[in-house]
Amino acid sequence: MADTMPSYIGRSVVRREDNRLLKGAGTFVGDMKLDGMLHVAIVRSQLAHARINAIDLDAARGVDGVALALAGADLKDVLPPISGMQVTAPKTWRDGMDPRIEIPDQTLVPHDKLRYVGEPYALVVASDRYIAEDAAELIEGDFETLPPVANAEAAVNADALVHDHLPGNIAATLHAKKGDGETALETAPRRLKRRYFHHRYAAMPMECRGVVAEYDSRTDSITVWSSTQVVHWVRREVANALDMPEERVRVVAPDVGGGFGGKGHVYPEDILVAYLAKRLGRPVKWLEDRHEHLLNAAHSRDNLFDIEVGFDDDGKISVVKNYFLVDSGAYSPVGAAIAGNSIAHFMGPYDIPHYESDCKVMMTNRTPNAPYRGAGRPEVAFAMERSIDLIANELELDPAEVRFRNMIQPEQMPYAVGLPYRDGVMIEYDSGDYPEALRKALDGVGGLDAFRKRQKKALAEGRYLGLGLGCYVEGTGIGPFEGATVKIDSSGKVMVATGACPQGQGHETAFAQVAADIWGVDIDDVVVTLADTSHVTMGYGTIASRSAVTASGAIQESSDKVKEKVFAIAANVLEASESDLELRDGSVGVKGVPEMSMTLKEVARAALPGWIHQRPEGIEAGLEGTAYYEPPTVTWAYAANAAIVEIDTQTGVVKIENYVEVHDAGTLINPAIADGQVKGGLVQGIGGGLFEELSYDEHGQLMTGSFMDYLLPTASDVPPINVIHSETPSPRNSFGFKGLGEGGAIAPPVVIANAVCDALKPFGAELNSTPVRAEDILNILDAGAAAAE
Amino acid sequence: MTASRTISVSINGEVLTGDAAPRMLLADFLRDVLGKTGTHVGCEHGVCGACTIIVDGVAARSCLMFAVQAEGADIKTVEGLADGDDLHPLQKLFSEHRALQCGYCTPGMLMTAIDLVESNSSLTTEDIKVGMSAALCRCTGYEGIIKAVTAYAEQVHGKPVRQESDNG
Amino acid sequence: MKPPPLDILSPSSLIEALALLSEHGDAARPLAGGQSLVPLLNFRLSRPEILIDLNRISDLAFIKDGGDHIAIGAMTRERTIEENELVRDQAPLLQEATTQIAHLPIRSRGTIGGSLANADPAAEYPAVALALEIELVTQSVRGERRIKAAAFFEDVLTTALEPDELLTEIIVPKAPPGSSSAFVEIARRHGDFALAGVAAQITFANNAPADVCLAVCGAGSTASRLTTAEEIILQDGVGVEAVKAASAAAAASVDPMSDLHASADYRRRLVGVMTTRALEKVVQRAAVTS
Repeated sequence: MADTMPSYIGRSVVRREDNRLLKGAGTFVGDMKLDGMLHVAIVRSQLAHARINAIDLDAARGVDGVALALAGADLKDVLPPISGMQVTAPKTWRDGMDPRIEIPDQTLVPHDKLRYVGEPYALVVASDRYIAEDAAELIEGDFETLPPVANAEAAVNADALVHDHLPGNIAATLHAKKGDGETALETAPRRLKRRYFHHRYAAMPMECRGVVAEYDSRTDSITVWSSTQVVHWVRREVANALDMPEERVRVVAPDVGGGFGGKGHVYPEDILVAYLAKRLGRPVKWLEDRHEHLLNAAHSRDNLFDIEVGFDDDGKISVVKNYFLVDSGAYSPVGAAIAGNSIAHFMGPYDIPHYESDCKVMMTNRTPNAPYRGAGRPEVAFAMERSIDLIANELELDPAEVRFRNMIQPEQMPYAVGLPYRDGVMIEYDSGDYPEALRKALDGVGGLDAFRKRQKKALAEGRYLGLGLGCYVEGTGIGPFEGATVKIDSSGKVMVATGACPQGQGHETAFAQVAADIWGVDIDDVVVTLADTSHVTMGYGTIASRSAVTASGAIQESSDKVKEKVFAIAANVLEASESDLELRDGSVGVKGVPEMSMTLKEVARAALPGWIHQRPEGIEAGLEGTAYYEPPTVTWAYAANAAIVEIDTQTGVVKIENYVEVHDAGTLINPAIADGQVKGGLVQGIGGGLFEELSYDEHGQLMTGSFMDYLLPTASDVPPINVIHSETPSPRNSFGFKGLGEGGAIAPPVVIANAVCDALKPFGAELNSTPVRAEDILNILDAGAAAAE
Repeated sequence: MTASRTISVSINGEVLTGDAAPRMLLADFLRDVLGKTGTHVGCEHGVCGACTIIVDGVAARSCLMFAVQAEGADIKTVEGLADGDDLHPLQKLFSEHRALQCGYCTPGMLMTAIDLVESNSSLTTEDIKVGMSAALCRCTGYEGIIKAVTAYAEQVHGKPVRQESDNG
Repeated sequence: MKPPPLDILSPSSLIEALALLSEHGDAARPLAGGQSLVPLLNFRLSRPEILIDLNRISDLAFIKDGGDHIAIGAMTRERTIEENELVRDQAPLLQEATTQIAHLPIRSRGTIGGSLANADPAAEYPAVALALEIELVTQSVRGERRIKAAAFFEDVLTTALEPDELLTEIIVPKAPPGSSSAFVEIARRHGDFALAGVAAQITFANNAPADVCLAVCGAGSTASRLTTAEEIILQDGVGVEAVKAASAAAAASVDPMSDLHASADYRRRLVGVMTTRALEKVVQRAAVTS
């Protein structure tokens, strides 16, 4: 990096995205209007499980303004399903996990059988959405209702099969082991056995999904604008389905109104809309409405754990065994990735010698389950962190103390966990001080001793205060790769394009900061292009807390390639040795000789192909480089959370008085953005802990199909939140970055549950499932009061 | 089906005219007919607040009004806030306080906040939290929004926003 | 989520509106503030062929001092009511309840007539109407009726209104001298429909309750008066024990439904808690004003 320029990394630079978004001048998919554009309405199953006998499209086809009405049968031989394996795992992971994975492919529009409420079975394309919905209402289906497989537990022994070729409704089994769990459990002085349930909720971005596609017959090419986190995946699947070269498919995610994982894989509509645009020769738009989103956009969480923990009289844990079921719904778009995350993250920041995990990914007649902010980690953090509190209860130790006694100490870093990560590399926590994070979190809520005193005093007054703790580690910056292309043209600007697809993370700003530092240029001289397949040949996308690490790595590596040329050409022009050159303030110059330099603009001109170029022998024309950064493995972010709650014993309502998270994501690019990411995640976690729930009845009907029923947290539900960032650089990349997009959302459900149980300790409270409901708290109070009599 | 009508509305001081069937929602009319896509649609049942605009001086959900009901109305949308490149004070505060991430809820948040602040000169911190709970944000966790709106209230009314609640 | 095909008629006078309603019968539905009806239309759960939009009938939006009562036009916006000084001074229960309806941008459009005619059992206004013994004036081409609140709410979303009738005016008795009131509710989040809400107004004479009005929302097929609780307070006063007994009676007297947000048992329990809190607030306010 250049010495003469201020470093942008580490500064809370104001976001360059803000101006357009504040003015309402952003472009979201819904804002797009193309000449002759048609609109799609999708007809979705109202039954959880049903055989399709017939679909009658005649009435719909007769509606004025309808261009096309189709059912699954019309597409059966035309469009292939989406592969069940959108994400594949390396062999080394498979060896460690002993997986049996048979994730079913997802037919875009089924013609034979419907597997969840919300699954598409027909569609209408019309001149506007109103008319499309009118026609959609006229589509009549003849269905034979099948017995629903209502949830994961029921799926195990259900006679009904969601997919006929998956006996027992099992899509995947995973098994992982470290040490000898069986023996350790037998010899453990004490054991804890519990069942935990982490309920189903979802990403719920404020912008629902949407797709616009336009086909150009002259070039036989198609452009798809999708509200997605993964433009390159969408391109791959569209090209595959339409049998087109990827080069002829351009996928762009314009401004995207939140994603949080919910837009992190390819959905049937991404392909259907592209197909319709090509078939009809007119631009086609589909916007998911909120009802559709609740029914059809991926749900998440929904895991049932049976765990056993062995520990001694000091609270030291020797073994954790868990058996868990993932209710994956009718499909599993990202395969067994969530379950893999769960297995890998279960032990969190604790030094546990023996571990065994068995998992079944179950198919049920529910909406498909896919990663959402946290992706398998909130679930296991709940199981682990509740267990620690229960151990503390049993031993009459403070839950904080039991955590300290089990935590990996800083001198144990790097710490080998003894399990493979999803990337196939054996997990090694790279850096950090976990006990210090917990100490800081406790200090953040006023100190443990002070709180216990306050709690006691309050109890004497009949008030119930509780302290909840929750710690986790998070593998971030996962591969397999990210792509970036860096160019400097004769404008002299540094142009950076990566496969990252932001949904509000401020990537345009953050990556401009990274590139400005790499090049030693003013941030205003960096042009960032994101989420457009036409700018980067191969890319991966923004999921899994990965872009800060992976896209920065790709920008670094592609810049290195371009820098080589820049130095070679500048050395040629300046008649200096390359080793004497440095980047300074948008120029390349001879170290210590201020007057001997040329601007990047001049270098770019010197690099042009043609008669007047000034390139040395062997240096190709143009300043352009592309690199695909393949991280060695993940970096490990971590956090400790502490929150104080007070229970209204008359209504059962939980009031969070104060919430603190000490979060370490290595070196921060833009602290204000990082802070916003963590806080936003925390509030989603609080939502999941207290309000949000996707509920099904016994028939597999989703009961929460509107924002009247699916309750997102609002401004008045949010407690004071303090995020303390510690920055332990990761040794795994040159910047020291770790990822932080998901972290905030991981801990709150268990922190709240632990805090409530702490508050209600006099009543012997145990809350081992989410969400934490006021009503359940009253029941605990009643039971406690009855027992006391 | 009933015939479209020609609707004239004043949008940010400019009278605009377009055709709308009776059932067309005002949000769709603004976005699809008049091209004012700054107003966003997040739920179409009045809960999320993304489509909030100011109609005849008060904030309202444009997904719960029909275009024909707006005939002759004086409407303010997010597009009317900035004066060219010069952002409205609240827009500046939103950027300063990191009150937006994806920007989807932002137009509704801004219009909700402007009405809240400008219609009440004695807002408390609690009033602002409750007032801003009229619109949902999924990104920020609201802290920046509350800070920005509080700062705006202090600017507009020239006095500090009180901490205590005044109900009770 | 787009409304089904429909026509919207926009009369500018009550007479015109009543004629249209009479002419179109069941095919038509009046459209007041639309904050409950339009979501139903967008979900296509309501499918009137015609909406008769009352929003251009300026004669239906007023707040008038009627001496012993306040007369409020049915199309008066909730926000106008909440900000109105006459209402604040003379019908404080109505004012306080109004501030708890949904959110400000919803109250910008929502009307008192629309809310009462919609008769959502969890809504605030029906409970206030029962507690204050509001009178509802209806009009049709057949003439005018005056219906007492107690006779108006019949079932979930069902009132005594005939299909050709419009609710036009709400007669709100002024709070008597020596009275004090409170509206308290609990919802999952601020602005959501109440899981339970209690409207209370007590008139004190010689430091004892002389008239007690309690009504509940969110805990049955309609809002309802809590008559047993009222009697207890009337007889035993507002001491801790009486409030406790009244609250228990209130909880025992309701017949709530279970739904996603709360079981019947929980709602019943909340009715008791809200009754206590409403009574405590009333007493506290009475002490401040006396």
